[in-house]
Amino acid sequence: MTAVRPIAKAFDAEKARADFPILKRQVHGKPLVFLDSAASAQKPQVVIDALANCLGNEYANIHRGVYYLSALSTKNFEAAREKVQRFINAKESREIIFTRGTTEAINLVAHSWGGANLKPGDEILVSGLEHHSNIVPWQLIAGRMGAKVIAAPVDDQGDLILEEFLERLSSRTRIVAIAHVSNALGTILPLQAIIEAAHTRGIPVLVDGCQGIVHREVDVQALDCDFYAFSGHKLYGPTGIGVLYGKASLLSAMPPWQGGGEMIETVSFEGTTYAGIPHRFEAGTPAIAEAIALGTAIDYISGFDRAAILAHEEMLLAHTLDALRSRNDVTLVGMPKKRASIVSFTMNDIHPHDVGTILDQTGVAVRVGHHCAQPLMDRFAIPGTIRASFGLYNTRADVDALIAGLAKVREIFG
Amino acid sequence: MSELRDLYQEIILDHGKSPRNFRKVEDLANQAKGYNPLCGDSVQVFLEIDGAGRIQDAAFQGRGCAISIASASLMTDAIKGRTVDEAKALFDQFRHLVTAEDDHGHARDRDNLGSLIALGGVRQYPSRVKCATLAWHTMVSAAAGEAKSPVTTE
Repeated sequence: MTAVRPIAKAFDAEKARADFPILKRQVHGKPLVFLDSAASAQKPQVVIDALANCLGNEYANIHRGVYYLSALSTKNFEAAREKVQRFINAKESREIIFTRGTTEAINLVAHSWGGANLKPGDEILVSGLEHHSNIVPWQLIAGRMGAKVIAAPVDDQGDLILEEFLERLSSRTRIVAIAHVSNALGTILPLQAIIEAAHTRGIPVLVDGCQGIVHREVDVQALDCDFYAFSGHKLYGPTGIGVLYGKASLLSAMPPWQGGGEMIETVSFEGTTYAGIPHRFEAGTPAIAEAIALGTAIDYISGFDRAAILAHEEMLLAHTLDALRSRNDVTLVGMPKKRASIVSFTMNDIHPHDVGTILDQTGVAVRVGHHCAQPLMDRFAIPGTIRASFGLYNTRADVDALIAGLAKVREIFG
Repeated sequence: MSELRDLYQEIILDHGKSPRNFRKVEDLANQAKGYNPLCGDSVQVFLEIDGAGRIQDAAFQGRGCAISIASASLMTDAIKGRTVDEAKALFDQFRHLVTAEDDHGHARDRDNLGSLIALGGVRQYPSRVKCATLAWHTMVSAAAGEAKSPVTTE
């Protein structure tokens, strides 16, 4: 079922656009210009077909039936796990835990690992750039264990201040939880330096890879991170499926988080023993079709030259920054040294929500607001931003439509 | 783009940029804070209510989009001189104006709503209704003297 493309030298975004049926539609009578892939990416036809094929032809519950369809479904599901393993270069497929998404993956680590390892007075070190989903789960477990969440500050450019981060790594630090790429500003964090410094002190590092998995080539063994979490839906896959990668040595030592079917070895009222990894952390029937379709999304992306996609996104980013700078009523929020194709800005006297509503009427979909990163918005003393984020299907024409939309905003507000 | 002009009428842009009654009033028992966790907009409403339950003065402070600031500004103008019960009734009419599928507001309502009619365009933008009603929810809370717990729209 899966159509794998031949490796292409240069990336042809126009051609890739044709793979995404939604991009043919109009909104408010205008062609859709979708600039909100950082919230959730659109889906190529092969992913839509994979969902339909699973549900329509090959569906049954996994890991429990002796019949043909259950065996087929199990095989497809486990094949998806292996695709994820290869995609991020994990050493073993049992290091890939399927979750509902990044949020659930981080909660799993916070509650399972944190519940077993945190002690009163311990510190969890995060950055000031984090999405709420890499703050709140840690606050929840910290509250229960008497530990504390500490945030390393961000400079005016939207870069993590590495020296300040390193200063906060102490004998009290029990784990580091950090974004690979900021969802609000696009900042690419210096993971190598962070992970090396933490490991020198024997501190494990969880990476929130929600944006990083899309905009970087991820090799978890080269990074040497201890956990890497990401969502399928930002990677052109379905919602309801995500991944927690964890080093086998760490995962094997962690207690179950949720109890139920699938995660057990034997159950009796005297006591229950638990399955090994990954199944220990996959209680209940998982999102079977979604996991399989995530595998298809990975096939789809892998059919291109990844470096060529990233070069295309960099071109869009540069074009956007140039165009925004040419307007004297736009202020860029953050100018990080290294950034993925995510741009946040404000339109001086006009609230982001008003900008978003008017852009929408021109067919341009952007995200406005605090981007689930309120501490970061507070750092810049703004209620929110207008954020344009790019996927592999965006073109220079999309950027031009955004800029034309901003002119329309100015026309209305005067 | 004519729909956009329905939403962003001159009077809204004017009140959004130069809000009326935009000031803090200290020492009033009748004040409350409102907050929209979805967008981070916040508003504080101050009411001076006399012994007969009539609103002698209304003011607000806050930050938000053109719709929420204009709505708060127009609201403070509209409720001054009304009793608390009349102000609440006006909110009911206003809510109908910005949420009703049809546009068949009673003629009496339209007279009563006055300048607030300008916010009727919000009806076409369901995601913006909360912007228009935040100050009103906060006003009801202020009238009840519920300063302690902020009103949220979610």
